Amino acid sequence: MTVQAWTFLLVAASFALYIGIAIWSRASSTKDFYVAGTGVSPLANGMATAADWMSAASFISMAGLISFMGYDGSVYLLGWTGGYVLLALMLAPYLRKYGAFTVPDFVGDRYYSRFARIVAVVCAIFVSFTYVAGQMRGVGIVFGRFLEVDVNVGVGIGMAIVFFYAVLGGMKGITYTQVAQYCVLIFAYLVPAIFLSILITGNPVPQLGFGGVEQASGIPLLERIEGLHRELGFASYTNGTKSTLDVFFITAALMVGTAGLPHVIIRFYTVPRVRDARISVGWALLFISLLYTTAPAVAVFARANLINSVQDVPYEQVPEWFTNWEATGLVRFDDANGDGRIQYVGPESSMTNELTVDRDIMVLANPEIANLPGWVIGLVAAGGLAAALSTAAGLLLVISSAVSHDLLKRSFRPDITEKQELLAARAAAGVAVVIAGYFGMNPPGFVAQVVAFAFGLAASSFFPAIILGIFSKRTSREGAILGMILGITFTAGYIVYFNFVRPELNNAGHWWFGISPEGIGTLGMLLNFAVTTVVSYLTPPPPPQVQVLVDLIRVPRGAGQAHELSI
Amino acid sequence: MADARSRPSVTDPATVARHAEYWRRNLRYLWALTAVWFLVSYGCGIIFADALNAYRLPGTGLPLGFWFAQQGAIYVFVILIFVYVWLMNRLDREFEVDEGGEA
Repeated sequence: MTVQAWTFLLVAASFALYIGIAIWSRASSTKDFYVAGTGVSPLANGMATAADWMSAASFISMAGLISFMGYDGSVYLLGWTGGYVLLALMLAPYLRKYGAFTVPDFVGDRYYSRFARIVAVVCAIFVSFTYVAGQMRGVGIVFGRFLEVDVNVGVGIGMAIVFFYAVLGGMKGITYTQVAQYCVLIFAYLVPAIFLSILITGNPVPQLGFGGVEQASGIPLLERIEGLHRELGFASYTNGTKSTLDVFFITAALMVGTAGLPHVIIRFYTVPRVRDARISVGWALLFISLLYTTAPAVAVFARANLINSVQDVPYEQVPEWFTNWEATGLVRFDDANGDGRIQYVGPESSMTNELTVDRDIMVLANPEIANLPGWVIGLVAAGGLAAALSTAAGLLLVISSAVSHDLLKRSFRPDITEKQELLAARAAAGVAVVIAGYFGMNPPGFVAQVVAFAFGLAASSFFPAIILGIFSKRTSREGAILGMILGITFTAGYIVYFNFVRPELNNAGHWWFGISPEGIGTLGMLLNFAVTTVVSYLTPPPPPQVQVLVDLIRVPRGAGQAHELSI
Repeated sequence: MADARSRPSVTDPATVARHAEYWRRNLRYLWALTAVWFLVSYGCGIIFADALNAYRLPGTGLPLGFWFAQQGAIYVFVILIFVYVWLMNRLDREFEVDEGGEA
């Protein structure tokens, strides 16, 4: 069988599986649609959260990014895992006890204010849409590269699949498809990584191969890469080039943003009890860390492999994968000195670099680099699609529930029946899929950049409001609203200024305290905390029933009752 | 507000005191675990990374600060959450606020 045939077969089989699950797990009530009837087992929820969380960027781009950034790439590894500790210790159990359907639901009730709810709805929709457009684009790109379909057709197919199970099954359908998608994506990620690890270090465990000895040279792998980097004029792989303060701020923004992203938080509403919510965060991080501890290993294998197989090699003798990917434009060779050999060197070298490599190829080309059979390549395509579709579905649910539950039922049309609310939820999910697909086909030039900033925005808006809502009874409506608005405005303003208004000033010399726009969300979060706290002490305390509510969410016993008390 | 049926006896002074003590213990666990979380990620992985890079993870070629930032901290995160779960389940039972019978 050809590679293309394998890819078609595996992608079609995985899609059939998702559709089958969707039909089996149709939602029949709003509780099913928003929180899967709160009947998901903690282990299944852990897998679903892992798939929900790991997007096309984690699957396709992250290892390649780290491969080119070295130590600086740690911000993604730390930032996108450390937030789960905050989720487990400070958010998930209490929000589960509260038993709401959405994130704005909690904010609106805890801050006894329709205005606070609407501020939260706007933040949730803004954050989720910027994120989802990137996912649909990822679906289109995987289709385009592996199946040679037009990117727009690929986006269309992805939309149809997500439409089917998100509209039909709501959270219930999404949860069980995400469980299947996790299995597909982790298998697709680990198989090539294991083979690559054996190929380069002789150790089948990538995490151990990471610290192992390169078989070809007999030198420890990392020392070998450091040596090559010095020789070729690249910056040190293990020391990094960003300032310590900037690394600190970016990591913090990504961590806190993770803990504040609505599509992650709502996953913990779907388990039966508070104790299930706690352990389910543990499972989620365990499943995520399987991929996240493999990625840095893949990054160094790919780095060693790339340098070894192309540096100073005559262009006529390059490996086959090199030629294959050259056709896609992701690898470009420009023989500047006309010697017919590839000079792949860094900025500190006296020679001119002649090779440009797109970071995404590091994961996508792995199976070919390791000479793996055609079915593994098909598997990587199915894995990339699983990662993108699962994240897109989770985000679309946040958007649809924000509209049908928070805007209609809880704010403007409280008299609608459950049946009408469910219909509105399905309609909102459908409209959201279409809008997301539109952005996927016609991406605004800044989508890729904005996705990274979604974390800063979530960190500077939701996180302080939720944390203070649980841990401080004194936090008032006025404080929380002002904190959210100032936090997100400050963060968005800084990002917009340096990226779109004065992009020529976007460098360490002009940043405040040397903090890049990626890390500014941390400062926005601190601003939010400060404003919320000060304003809360200057305004009247929350009414007694809200203080009772806070007391109730702090103890696990009686899950599922708390939110009924607040109405 | 909902009816009195669904509201636990939060006005009973003994229960209020018990819940307050439960919350204090919870916060103590929270601070201790968060301190470890901060130490392994921001401490070993970022602030002291350069200093730790002078050492190698035994048996490998991995500089220690670099290893913490790309592997070690993540393992500790996972362990921290499972330790937290164990501590809190024990605390819930001790203060009789666990969800034992209810599902």
